[in-house]
Amino acid sequence: MSENIKFVQGNEACAEAALYAGLDFYAGYPITPSSEITETLAYRLPQIGGKFIQMEDEIASLCAIIGASLTGCKVMTATSGPGFSLMQEALGYAIMAEIPCVIVNVQRGGPSTGLPTHGSQGDVNQARWGTHGDHAIIALTASNHQDIFANTVEAFNLAEIYRTPVILLLDEVIAHMREGLVVPDPGKIPLVERLKTTVKQGVDYHPYLPREDGRLPMSDFGGIHRFNVTGLFHDMWGFPSSEPTVVHGLLHHLVDKLENRAHQLARYKEYYIDDAEHLLLSYGSGARSARHIVENRRRRGERLGLLELQTLWPFPKDIVREKCAKAKSVIVVEQNMGQILQEVKVAVDQPGKVFLANRIDGVFITPADILNILRLIQGKGV
Amino acid sequence: MAIKDYLRERFFPHLWCPGCGHGMVLNGLLQAIEKLGLSRNEIVMVSGIGCSSRITGYVDFHTLHTIHGRALAFATGVKMARPELNLIVPMGDGDALAIGGNHFIHAARRNIDITAIVMNNRIYGMTGGQYSPLSGENIRATTAPYLTIDPGFDVVALAKGAGATFVARTTTYHIHQVADVIRQAILHEGFSVVEVLSQCPTYFGRKNKAGDAVDMIQHFKENTTTIGSKAKKENPDLVERGIFLQKDMPEYCNEYDKMVQKAMEGR
Repeated sequence: MSENIKFVQGNEACAEAALYAGLDFYAGYPITPSSEITETLAYRLPQIGGKFIQMEDEIASLCAIIGASLTGCKVMTATSGPGFSLMQEALGYAIMAEIPCVIVNVQRGGPSTGLPTHGSQGDVNQARWGTHGDHAIIALTASNHQDIFANTVEAFNLAEIYRTPVILLLDEVIAHMREGLVVPDPGKIPLVERLKTTVKQGVDYHPYLPREDGRLPMSDFGGIHRFNVTGLFHDMWGFPSSEPTVVHGLLHHLVDKLENRAHQLARYKEYYIDDAEHLLLSYGSGARSARHIVENRRRRGERLGLLELQTLWPFPKDIVREKCAKAKSVIVVEQNMGQILQEVKVAVDQPGKVFLANRIDGVFITPADILNILRLIQGKGV
Repeated sequence: MAIKDYLRERFFPHLWCPGCGHGMVLNGLLQAIEKLGLSRNEIVMVSGIGCSSRITGYVDFHTLHTIHGRALAFATGVKMARPELNLIVPMGDGDALAIGGNHFIHAARRNIDITAIVMNNRIYGMTGGQYSPLSGENIRATTAPYLTIDPGFDVVALAKGAGATFVARTTTYHIHQVADVIRQAILHEGFSVVEVLSQCPTYFGRKNKAGDAVDMIQHFKENTTTIGSKAKKENPDLVERGIFLQKDMPEYCNEYDKMVQKAMEGR
């Protein structure tokens, strides 16, 4: 069989992957620079009998997909900064009620309306802490279309396994860039389907009582088990409770189910790390320039390495500590004022060796930008 | 099926204050469902936040207690995904028409087959008696110590204007009418709105010297009348009750199915 090769935007790669993952239901609201995801799915989903709806705003979009997810659908919405801000309350609801769903945030410059048509990675901490209250979240990112595809499918899989919203943090540069994408044959990337309860009709079903492995088998709305879903702290039936032991137990469950698995949730790529004197640490579009510099300087005998993170949350601090241990300096390359930089400083043994190579002017981080910082650190001058 | 079989007795007692009208609305709603002979598995009840929204916890259907004002957006997702299910969305006045106003008008515009029940007690009860967009003028509330200056919405006019295809109003005094209009609203294919004037003796009543629950219900009896009645002609200040609008229009999920046919045939 010949390969299914496409020449597409990152946004289209994301939409294509969602369909591959088994997307049944999509709700969205137009916003630059994510609209191509919504447009692609408006065209494609009806062709396969899937559901597409353009809602009245972004929070309604997230609410609608949560409702659809409860009926057993695989669901997604996509947006950008202002829309992502608007979604935060519903995001917290999906965390609390443990609803599998995928939320794509194609980052643009902020705060506020900011730079609608320019790239940024300014929403990294918002993805982590945007909704109120203690919680945990999964956020993935990617630096090329093949990885956008793989990580979009992974986002759907993780949403099902952990019954949680998963955020896909793309950025404008990668979303609007066009490059080749090989669409894998069906079945090549394993898909996780919803874990359904085996409790029989008429037997008391506890929708919020985790199994021994921590997973919560679901029953679809419209099915044989009727239960309550709420954003309030709730007991094993899903009924509101302010009982201190219930509150304490549920909050720990919500946080621990992800934070305790940070190591196994970590997706990353590494290049020349073993003997790297200076280690670049990057993600998303910035990682492309970082990789260019690493390959380029290696040819001149400079010992540079790259750690490209694809899982940003839960932050893979053990992996970062281990990979950064031997490097003389660590340079975090990101398009914000140092949001992952702070995490890296906390993770490594010597925070003083961690530097930032960033841009915050809406312009893509170029290899030259990184090189300038690198030369300063090396004491070579710009 | 007996009414009590629709209740989750495990979760009683309920949290509503003595004299609250919301339990009466629940009574009418369950009577309507019982009369229709609907199975519990066919009903999804979605609510937002507020006293009224706690109704979902007490009924043995598929129940979704969501976030403030957004119940109709969640319900839209459930309905689109499973059009064969009956969606009932009880909302408070602030929930439906302040924070949820945008979702209300858009659900109405789409004419998606959802039954919206606005339990209108003209006050935010759960948060302690603040005025709502249905309080109207000259009402005392904890956020209106000098009386409200905000005009209120007319739910019936708003729903009609936004595109709802079934619009009714009644009160907790007229409990048989509550059951009857909710039954017809559920049967109606399209977006239906039932406004039920409900009493909050604890906050609205106390703040506004409206008496106790019985006095407030008596007020509903004395100050409302059947649509187009002689009494209304004689006293235009009376609030009309009954079904204001009931018309057949294309329903959203049906139209979506037609679009899917078109897309699948490559048209």
